[in-house]
Amino acid sequence: MDIIKVGMADLRVGRHPCMLTTLGLGSCVGISLFDRMTKISGMAHVMLPSSKQARDNTNIAKFADTGIMELLNQMLRLGAKRASVVAKLAGGAQMFAFREVSDVMRIGDRNTDASREVLAMLKIPIVSEDVGLNYGRTIELYSADGIVLIKTIGHGSKSI
Amino acid sequence: MPDNIDAMNAMQLDVLREIGNIGSSSAATALSKIVDKRISLSLPQVKILKFNEITQIVGGEEALVVGIMQPMHGDLAGNIMFLLRLEEAHDLAQILIHRMLNVSRQRTLPLEQFDDMEISALREVGNIMISSYLSAISSMTGLRIVTEVPELALDMAGAILSVLTIEFGKIGDSVLYIDSEFSQDNIKVGGDFFLVPDVASYATLLRALGVGQ
Repeated sequence: MDIIKVGMADLRVGRHPCMLTTLGLGSCVGISLFDRMTKISGMAHVMLPSSKQARDNTNIAKFADTGIMELLNQMLRLGAKRASVVAKLAGGAQMFAFREVSDVMRIGDRNTDASREVLAMLKIPIVSEDVGLNYGRTIELYSADGIVLIKTIGHGSKSI
Repeated sequence: MPDNIDAMNAMQLDVLREIGNIGSSSAATALSKIVDKRISLSLPQVKILKFNEITQIVGGEEALVVGIMQPMHGDLAGNIMFLLRLEEAHDLAQILIHRMLNVSRQRTLPLEQFDDMEISALREVGNIMISSYLSAISSMTGLRIVTEVPELALDMAGAILSVLTIEFGKIGDSVLYIDSEFSQDNIKVGGDFFLVPDVASYATLLRALGVGQ
C-alpha cells in the first residue's frame, strides 16, 4: 500500500490501495475525498478560505475554493466517478483560547465554512466531519473503505 | 511593504535580526532573574522557511510542544509566540515552582501532561519573557505595542505553528521569523521566540528603523 503524505498547503490523490495522511492540522482543514466506486482517494490541506482575498494565490492547494476544485479534478483525471465521490472534513480548530477573537483566531471556523460551501457548490456530500474545538489532528484516509482515522494528543483517536 | 518575503534585502534582514537580538536579550535577562542563573543567548537568526520546513526545527509536525502566544496591536500588529519543546517546558516549570514554593516536587503525571500549577507557571514565564521582549522593541523603535494576556496551548507542533503560518499564507509559501535560543551552562533551557508581525506591520517596523522600501 502506498503511503502518501500531504503537506501544509498541499494536495495529493492516489489509486487503491493507498493511505493519504496529513499531520498536525490546527486551524487548517483537511478535506478527504473518496470515490466509493473506484476507491480513488484525494486529500487537501488548506490554510485559507478563499483565493480571492489573497495577494499571492499561485499555490492553489492553499485555499479551500481552488484547492478542493483542483483535488476533484485530479481525481476525475485518474478515473474517479463524480457521482460517487463523498467528502469528510477534519481540523479547523482554534488553537488558542483568546477572549477577543480576531479574524486570525477565527480562521479555523472560516476554513471549515468555506470548505462546506465549496463542497455544496460541487454537490459533493459531506458524510462525516470532526471539526472545530481547540486541538490538533493528524488524519489518515484509507482507500480500502474510505475511513478517515483521526489521531490527537490527549483527545483520543477515532474513525469517521 | 514586501510583496514577497523572499524579496527582503540583506539590510532589512540584518535589521530584523537586530530586533530579535534586542528583544531576546531583554527576555534572557528576565529569564535569568526567574531562574537565578546566568542565561546566555545565541545570536538570533532571521530565517525564511517553506511551510513544510517550519515544523522540522522542533522535531516534526507531530512533536508535542508548548506554545505561549500573545497577539500584538497598536503600531506593531501581529503575533509573538514563545515555543518550548516538551522537556524545556518541564524544566522551566520545575525551576519556577521550586523558586516560588521553595520545595522540590515529585512528578507523578506522565510527561505529556502538565498539572494546573505547571501550566500557570509556564504561562507566567511566557508572560514575563514576551513582555520583556516587546518592551525592548518598543523602546528601540518608538512604536506603541499593545498586548493581551498570553494564551497557552499544548499540542502538535504543526497545529500550533499553523496559527503563525496562516498569516504568511496570504502573501506566499514561506514564513519569516526571528529565532532566538537560550542556554545555561551550555544546556539549552529556553525555547524559541517567533516574532511574526502582520504583513502590513513589516513595513512599519522597517520604516521605524530607517530601512523601509
